[in-house]
Amino acid sequence: MSVTTPDELPKGRPLALKLGRDDLMMRGFILVIALYLIITLAFPLYAMLSKAFSAFHFDLSQIELQVSDAEGNFDGTILSAAALNEKLGTIPEDEIATSSDGRLGLTPLFPDFSFRSPVLYKIRGTTDDTVYLVGSDRITGTEWREVDSNTFRRIVLRPVKSVGLSNFTTYFSTPSLFRSIENSLFISIISTIVTVSLAFGFAYALSRSCMRLKGVFRLIAMAPILVPSLLPGIALVYLFGNQGMLKEVMMGESIYGPYGIVMGSVFFTFPHAFIIITTALAISDARLYEAAVSLRASAWKTFWTVTIPGARYGLISAAFVVFNLVITDFGLPKVIGGQYNMLAVDIYKQVIGQQNFEMGAVVSVVLLMPAFIAFAVDRQVQKKQVALLSARSVVFEPKPDRKFDRICFAYCSLIAIFIVGILAVCQFAALVKFWPYDLSLSLKNYNFDVMDGGGWEAYGNSIKLGLLTAFFGTIVVFIGAYMVDKTRSFRTGRGLFQFLAMLPMAIPGMVLGLAYIFFFNDPANPLNFLYGSMAILVIVTITHFYTVSHLTAVTALKQMDGEFESVAASLKQPFYKLFARVTVPVCMPSILDIAIYLFVNAMTTVSAVVFLYSTDTALASIAVLNMDDAGDVAPAAAMGMMIFYTNAAARIIHLAVSKGILKRTQAWRRR
Amino acid sequence: MVQIKKLTLATVAGLFVANSVMATELTVYTAVEAEDLKRYAEEFNKAHPDIKINWVRDSTGIVTAKLLAEKNNPQADVIWGLAATSLLLMKSEGMLEPYAPKGVEKLDKKFVDKSTPPTWTGMDAWVASVCFNTVEGEKLGLKAPTSWKDLTKPEYKGHVIMPNPNSSGTGFLDVSSWLQMFGEEGGWEYMDALHENIARYTHSGSKPCKLAAAGEIPIGISFAFRGAKSKAEGAPLDIIVPEEGVGWDMEATAIVAGTPNMEAAKTLVDWTVTKEANVMYNTGYAVVAYPGVAKPVEFFPENLLEKMIDNDFEYAANNRKAILEEWQKRYDSKSEAKS
Repeated sequence: MSVTTPDELPKGRPLALKLGRDDLMMRGFILVIALYLIITLAFPLYAMLSKAFSAFHFDLSQIELQVSDAEGNFDGTILSAAALNEKLGTIPEDEIATSSDGRLGLTPLFPDFSFRSPVLYKIRGTTDDTVYLVGSDRITGTEWREVDSNTFRRIVLRPVKSVGLSNFTTYFSTPSLFRSIENSLFISIISTIVTVSLAFGFAYALSRSCMRLKGVFRLIAMAPILVPSLLPGIALVYLFGNQGMLKEVMMGESIYGPYGIVMGSVFFTFPHAFIIITTALAISDARLYEAAVSLRASAWKTFWTVTIPGARYGLISAAFVVFNLVITDFGLPKVIGGQYNMLAVDIYKQVIGQQNFEMGAVVSVVLLMPAFIAFAVDRQVQKKQVALLSARSVVFEPKPDRKFDRICFAYCSLIAIFIVGILAVCQFAALVKFWPYDLSLSLKNYNFDVMDGGGWEAYGNSIKLGLLTAFFGTIVVFIGAYMVDKTRSFRTGRGLFQFLAMLPMAIPGMVLGLAYIFFFNDPANPLNFLYGSMAILVIVTITHFYTVSHLTAVTALKQMDGEFESVAASLKQPFYKLFARVTVPVCMPSILDIAIYLFVNAMTTVSAVVFLYSTDTALASIAVLNMDDAGDVAPAAAMGMMIFYTNAAARIIHLAVSKGILKRTQAWRRR
Repeated sequence: MVQIKKLTLATVAGLFVANSVMATELTVYTAVEAEDLKRYAEEFNKAHPDIKINWVRDSTGIVTAKLLAEKNNPQADVIWGLAATSLLLMKSEGMLEPYAPKGVEKLDKKFVDKSTPPTWTGMDAWVASVCFNTVEGEKLGLKAPTSWKDLTKPEYKGHVIMPNPNSSGTGFLDVSSWLQMFGEEGGWEYMDALHENIARYTHSGSKPCKLAAAGEIPIGISFAFRGAKSKAEGAPLDIIVPEEGVGWDMEATAIVAGTPNMEAAKTLVDWTVTKEANVMYNTGYAVVAYPGVAKPVEFFPENLLEKMIDNDFEYAANNRKAILEEWQKRYDSKSEAKS
């Protein structure tokens, strides 16, 4: 019994935030969107992991045999295949482990077997569901079946399923698969070093010089984002292939392989590195440079002690982003990799070429590792980056310096020529009739309907996918970000949501696509009907590009004061009114940014959708891949350029719309 | 935004309309070239206008992967035009419905599954060939090869390209035919020697010939049909049938077990073995299942038929995995151009 003393207040209920209707609704929204992410991300990944551990082996204990003498009389001795093999050891352990389409003959169990011998054999399964094949005929059940020697050699076992690590053992004992890890790391590291150095120079020239045409250079630098990653591969074939315009430059080296992959990777990752480094350079503090000048530090010293340290987080971040893009990219090495195996292509080869889904899942798990590490390091670095900003920083304004400006201009021109050149070559290739024998121009390569890949319908589908992804994706992402940012308390739920929202960045598109097959194509899954539809393409694209969109939304929302909510609450306005009347209009520029980001990526992505499209939902980016695969390289270039023009047009519309909306909704920003 | 909504509404509405027009619809999986599909459906609908075909088309590997992945939940009613080796794989998984189409007895026995009733029937054969670019050949001073063994001569080093059997059905039929013609040991020895001359292995089976047509690599190991097509487009190609004999696979038809539209599926498969259907296959393929139908196809090599080996599909299907593993062990890892 507790005794309350009069000078102490009676213990009340613990203090807790009273949940209003708004809070409950907002929590409801978070849960709905979190559930969406769990279904479209966590469950498929789990399905994939379990697939990686689902192994196949031959179960010899299911088979019993009898052998006759030379006259064909059986003495009734029943031999178990497993016991026979234990005694003889003619079928070693690594042949017992197999994949889903493996087949095992039984003749090794009889060392004196000859298909000409008059000896007869009897075979049966020990259980009702035992299956063995005579030739291609499927036999089930426990009935004895008598066959002659020549038929006996045609009897093979099918594998049975089990759970275990044997897929991984096989992977690491197959040198050609194992080598891909080394190759992927090598290519990614080289590409990262080259891209980040080039992009740094470019960003440096743009932000620290007074050269002319900065706007044009900026535009050109962004162009590669508008094309699928395999397009530079096609251009490189035309430039440096055996019939290439500039093949002498290669000095006998083949473009098919590491050279091609690195060059193409530099092209398609350049804008990503450029954006990050530009941001990093933009926040450098001018006061540090003034200090350097007054301390009479040389330009060289200032560069190494002020500029580089100031931009170091940006550089590290750019490096990891590029590394991740290259190691997870599949289109480019597929087009120009030649015999140089890389992890992402291995997944494709295993799944499409050999129908070995289990091994595909194993390679996916391996590919997840470096991607995950890069992602984790990048997150740590980005946290520090924010802390670097200071309210008292002064913006750095470059001063004209003719010599320096001229060098910068020359350098940027070189890069710009490289980028524009690649695109121009593709356009040229698309218009030439029959390279290299008939150089007259024609539009015959645009007659997509008579080629593999899905024709003009695929192009239409891509636009549809882009619009649907932009529309639904923006809604889901923005509402999700809003709820997470503005909901009070509910820490666990928000934490979980944040984690789910960041996860897609670490998951390579190929891996996500493969995971979707395992999850959505399972007949027991009630969502099975989505498989093969446009909806699943929209879902996978939204999920694949969720993180960057989410971060954009969160950044925009963070700029809005929490007081809006307090004011609305005190005016007894529900949150959805505030959301529709204030939040959305204020954040409109960011919302449009998210929409265009999703549209452009939906148009160019190959890896996320390559396992999921169906004939009715063939896509332009996939058509580029398939036409190139079938050897229709010029039409592939033509389709790739169609994607480029569409994305460029979308960008221009986005720019115009943004300007118009900015004028209408953002007038308050100006005085 | 309104535009987008309209667009979604329109697609949804469109789907409903499409579903209610025809009485029976069949989902047909195929690997037949895209440009032929429309013709196939039109010809079939002339005889049976009440059955609508919904094509699901992709390359052999992808269609096979799709069918196997859907093993427990089949989406297809009929397979019309997929490699027999793939169908054998499905047969041993119990995925095909045994059915003897009306008039199957008229077909060449080679083209019909040996079980009774057969689970699949062949349509036409696609045959391996070598595409040789005469212009580039002359530039490089290369003589046109006449046999498989020729291709291993040192003068062709780096000038031969072939499909990777791990990702291409054409590549696999080459490899399995060499193993059948030269024997296991001889076959691998041959490939060891050939490997020295191969520039690289492509993913698809038609690419080597198209690359040869474009002069990228002068000699492409591909299939005759593709070569004839490129030649018709004006590529300076010779289509060579190696004298030892050539491997081949056929495109075949089967009913998927468990289809809810069995009657319509049987109607379709009955039609696929008719003379009219075989005449239709003949447009692209010089060798078809119905004897006496085939007319020569333009630019097609003439002696092709007699050079086709007596292909043992069962051997190819049941040893597929082992052959591919061996191939990968031998050539996939060491063949990289180390920089």
